[in-house]
Amino acid sequence: MLSDRELEQYSRQLMLPDFRLEYQERLRASWVLVVGCGGLGSPLAIYLAAAGVGRLILADGDTVERTNLHRQILHGEADIGRSKAASAAALIGAHYPDCRVSQFTEKLQGEALNQAVASVNLVADGTDNYPTRFALNRACIRARKPLVSAAAARSEGQLATFDVAGGGACYRCLYPQEGANAALSCRDNGVLGPVVGVLGTLQALEVIKVLTGWGDSLRSRVLMMDLRSYEQNIVQIARRPDCPDCGDLD
Amino acid sequence: MKILFFARLRELLGSDCFEIADADCPADVAALRAMLRLSVNAQLAESLADPNVFCAVNQKVAGEDQTLKSSDEVAFFPPMTGG
Repeated sequence: MLSDRELEQYSRQLMLPDFRLEYQERLRASWVLVVGCGGLGSPLAIYLAAAGVGRLILADGDTVERTNLHRQILHGEADIGRSKAASAAALIGAHYPDCRVSQFTEKLQGEALNQAVASVNLVADGTDNYPTRFALNRACIRARKPLVSAAAARSEGQLATFDVAGGGACYRCLYPQEGANAALSCRDNGVLGPVVGVLGTLQALEVIKVLTGWGDSLRSRVLMMDLRSYEQNIVQIARRPDCPDCGDLD
Repeated sequence: MKILFFARLRELLGSDCFEIADADCPADVAALRAMLRLSVNAQLAESLADPNVFCAVNQKVAGEDQTLKSSDEVAFFPPMTGG
């Protein structure tokens, strides 16, 4: 049951004719692991907290740098040198006290990664490199947890949901080749702040869709956007039987 | 047969599509990649050699062995990891 205060706080989303009370209750009961508290993770985490997600685990091993500030909007001038996860957790905790926020200020990997993934309902990937993305994918396959994955650089972005427990494809079904550190990164290729902002915001919307069942999610589909021209495409991704990461699942 | 390119691949091509005569339609995606790599500039050819640059046929991600016919809508998309 939602309290009167919660009914008031979330009234504008509950006003949607097909956004049911039980969806709001589902959000409140949900735990989401947000990996990466940068350009994507900033709008992602704050929109999830604002929407009423009950618990967020924020993970980022990096510290805030001046070059982050034009796009990583959870962090400000006073946060330079501070852990991104700690900075993000402090701001979200102050704005949305109903959301229980915990933080990993070290790089989330190995058994800590597996435990964190196992403890949540969904994982949202807003990281900036292939090794972390492949590791998250494998942890999500192992724990049978949905992975909402976004990426952005320059004027371009991608968003997809990988849900092998639901019979869908995994990240490696789309990107088979491990080895490289990064494809297109903000550090090497630049990015406009609102581009990662749009993708991180869409990622929050996708997380809400997957957690509640509201709307049409991007399960086994990838949305590609070029915000220079506003062109977008959605293509379907099938599970690859020879995928080294999910190919041996039942 | 029109081969579409998205985002930075399009910039590398300098055009949004590459045309192949229907009679020259390659047998499958791998053959298409090989044909394109011989026909485009070195930078785009290098990108097309990356298996993570994925090909969609009729809005579905296609494996390298997927067969092609001249009426298919074929597009290439670049990977990205930034966040």
